[in-house]
Amino acid sequence: MLQLSGNSTLAEEPAASGPAPCLVPMVDLRRGEAGVLHSIDLPAADARRLMELGFLPGTRVTAGLSAPGGDPRVFQVDGSEVALRRETARRLSVRPETAGKRAPRGRM
Amino acid sequence: MRTVAVIGPPNSGKTTLFNRLTGLRQKVANFPGVTVEQHTGEVALADGRVLRLIDLPGVYSLLPRSEDEQIAHDVLTGKRADTPKPDAILLVLDSTNLGRHLMLAAPILALGVPTLVILNMADDLRNRGGKLDLAALAAQLGAPVALVSARQDEGIEQIFDFLTGAMPMPEPKELPVLQDVPKCRQWAGRVSARAAYRAPIPPKWTRRLDSVFLHPIAGPLIFMVVVVAVFQTIFWIADPSKEAVDWLFGVTGNWVASVVPAGMWRSLLIDGIWKGVGSVVVFLPQVLCLFLFIGILEDSGYLARAAVIADRTMARAGLQGKSFIPLLSAYACAVPAIMSTRTIENKRDRMATILIAPFMTCSARLPVYSLIIAAFIPNRHFIGSFVSARTAAMLGLYLLGFVAAVATARVLKSSVLKSGRTAFLLEMPAYRWPTWQSIGLRLLDRSKVFLRRAGTVILLVTVVLWVMATLVPYHHGHPPAIEDSLAGTIGHTIEPVIKPLGFNWKIGIGLITSLAARETIIGTLGTIYAVDPQSHQMDLENAVRHDLTPGGAVALLVFFAFAMQCISTIAIVRRETGSWKWPALQFTYMSVLAYVGALVAYHLIR
Repeated sequence: MLQLSGNSTLAEEPAASGPAPCLVPMVDLRRGEAGVLHSIDLPAADARRLMELGFLPGTRVTAGLSAPGGDPRVFQVDGSEVALRRETARRLSVRPETAGKRAPRGRM
Repeated sequence: MRTVAVIGPPNSGKTTLFNRLTGLRQKVANFPGVTVEQHTGEVALADGRVLRLIDLPGVYSLLPRSEDEQIAHDVLTGKRADTPKPDAILLVLDSTNLGRHLMLAAPILALGVPTLVILNMADDLRNRGGKLDLAALAAQLGAPVALVSARQDEGIEQIFDFLTGAMPMPEPKELPVLQDVPKCRQWAGRVSARAAYRAPIPPKWTRRLDSVFLHPIAGPLIFMVVVVAVFQTIFWIADPSKEAVDWLFGVTGNWVASVVPAGMWRSLLIDGIWKGVGSVVVFLPQVLCLFLFIGILEDSGYLARAAVIADRTMARAGLQGKSFIPLLSAYACAVPAIMSTRTIENKRDRMATILIAPFMTCSARLPVYSLIIAAFIPNRHFIGSFVSARTAAMLGLYLLGFVAAVATARVLKSSVLKSGRTAFLLEMPAYRWPTWQSIGLRLLDRSKVFLRRAGTVILLVTVVLWVMATLVPYHHGHPPAIEDSLAGTIGHTIEPVIKPLGFNWKIGIGLITSLAARETIIGTLGTIYAVDPQSHQMDLENAVRHDLTPGGAVALLVFFAFAMQCISTIAIVRRETGSWKWPALQFTYMSVLAYVGALVAYHLIR
C-alpha cells in the first residue's frame, strides 16, 4: 500500500560518485552543521513518520541543540524542529555540506 | 443537524480554533471502543442554524496506521456508525509551515466533501515576514482558503461565511492522488510556490528561549525548578483545598441532616453518599491545579523541551520522555496522571506508564503514612537537626514506591510490553503565550470528565460499603455492634489471611474499606476504635500502637506503598485501556506484591 523511496531505492544508489563528500550518519553532525539527507534505514512505519515530519531524502537538515549529553538532539528540517534519539539519528545518513564548511575541529 | 469535521496536523492550532468556534458548547467523550477522545461542540450561525462540530485527532496523513488516523479516516469517509459523515470539513494548517502542512490537503480535498482550507497562525506568519497569494492558492487547490489567527481571533468571520454558504467557491480542481510521502511533498512544494508562498524566517524568540531551556547546564536546572515547583504547589494546595471541600460538605451535610429525619435514610445520605462523593471531590482542586500547570507547560511549548531533557533518564527504565509528566503528576494523584498519559503516542509505552503510575506515592497515602509514623517512630533527629527519623521514614516510603515503579517498568518493557525500537520523534513547536480561553476550557473539560467518571463509581462503592457496615445479619435484640455488621463479619472471616502480616480483624476492615480510597482506613479505624470499649478512651495514635506490633506497623506501611487501593484509579485504568483485563492484572500484581512485601517486612522485624 505504501511505497518507500527513502530506504530502499535511494540507499542503493552508488554512493560517493565523484568528488562529493561521503555519507555520514546524521547523528555525527555537530551543533550548527548541516547536511543533505540521503537515506533512512528504519522500519517502514518509522521511516514514513520521519518523512511526514520533513525528513525526506534530498532535504537539508541542520543539527540543533540537544538534551545534556547530546541525546536526544533537535534537528531543523523543512521549517520545523524535531527531536530524535541518537539511536534513531544513527539510521539516517546525510551528505555533509561541502567539506570546507565543515570546520576541521577535533572530536571532543 | 449538519455536521462539520475539524482536521489538521498536530501543532496546527486546530484545538484553539475549535475552542474559538464552539466556546462552552462542548462535550468530551471517547470514541466507543477506543481511547481516542472525541470533542464535539455546537456553532450557532447568524441565520439561526446550529451546526455540530467534531474535533478530530491531529494527523499528518489519512493512511490508517495509528488509532488516531484510523478514527480520522473512518469519520471523514462516513465509516463510523456512531458519527454521521460530515457535510463539510474545516482543514486547519499552520501557515508558517505551509509546504509541509499542505501535504494533508491532497487526501482531504480528494474526499469530495466541501472543504475550507484554513491557514492558521496568520499573526506569526506576518510578524516573521512570510506571505502568500491566497487567491492563487485557492485556485491551485480548487477550494476556498482563509488566512486566520485563532489565538488572536483574527479572520474568524471568514469561517462563518463558509459555513453559511456566503463564501464564493473557486472552480473545483482535480487533484493528484498521492500515496507516497516524497511525491506528496513535491506536490505541496509546487502548489505553495505557485501561490507565491514566502516562508517566514525562523522564530527568533524560540531560538533564544531554546538556547536557555536546552542549555547544557541551565536547561536541566530550570527543568528541576519547574518539576519541584509543580510538585510543591500541588502539595501546598492539597490541605487548604481539602479543608475547604470538607467544610463545604460538612455544612451541606448538616443542612441535609436538619431536613431529613434521623434514621437509615439520613445515614445513607450523609455517611454513604455525602461522604463518598465528598471524598472524591476533595481531589478536584489538586487535579485542576495539575492540569493548569500541564496546560500552561503544554500550550507554551515547554513540555516538549522537558520531554527531551527527561528522555534519557526515562530511557533507563525502558520508558520515554513523554512518560515523565504523568509519573510526576502521579505523586499528587494517579487519576489525572493516568488521564494525562494520552500524550504518549506509543501504545505500549503508554500502557506501561499507566500500569506503574499507582506506585508513585500519591497524596492519599500521606494520611496513612503520617499516622503510622507518628505512632511508632520517635521524633529523633540526626545529622545535626536537619533530618528527623520521621522525615527519613517518609522519604524512604517515597523511594520505595519509586523503586517499585521503575522495577515494574523494566520488567514490563522487557516482556509483555516490549516495543520493538519505536523511534522517539518529538516535534518542537514554537513558544507561544498560552491563552486563558484555551486553558480555562481545558480545566472545565477536566472537571466534567473527572466528576462524571470517578463520581459514578465512587458513589456506587460507598453506598455498597455503607450497606455492608450497617447491615446486621444476626439480630440479638440489643443495639448492633460493629462486630455483628456484615463488615465486622467479613473482618473476622479474612483475619486468617492477614494474620501472617501482623494485622487483626480491625485493620482488616480498614484494608477492605481502603479499597475505595487509601485514606478511608483512617476514618474506618477511628470509628472501630471509638465503638470498641477497650480502646474507647484512647486517641487514634495510641489505639493503633496498642493494636499493632512495630513489625505489623512496618508491614502496614509496606502494604500501603504497594497495594492498589483506589477504586477511582481502577475505574480510570478501565476507561483508558478499554478493558477490564489491565486493571485486573494491575490490581492482582500490586496486591500480591503488597502482601508478600508486608509478609517479609513483618517477619524481618516482628
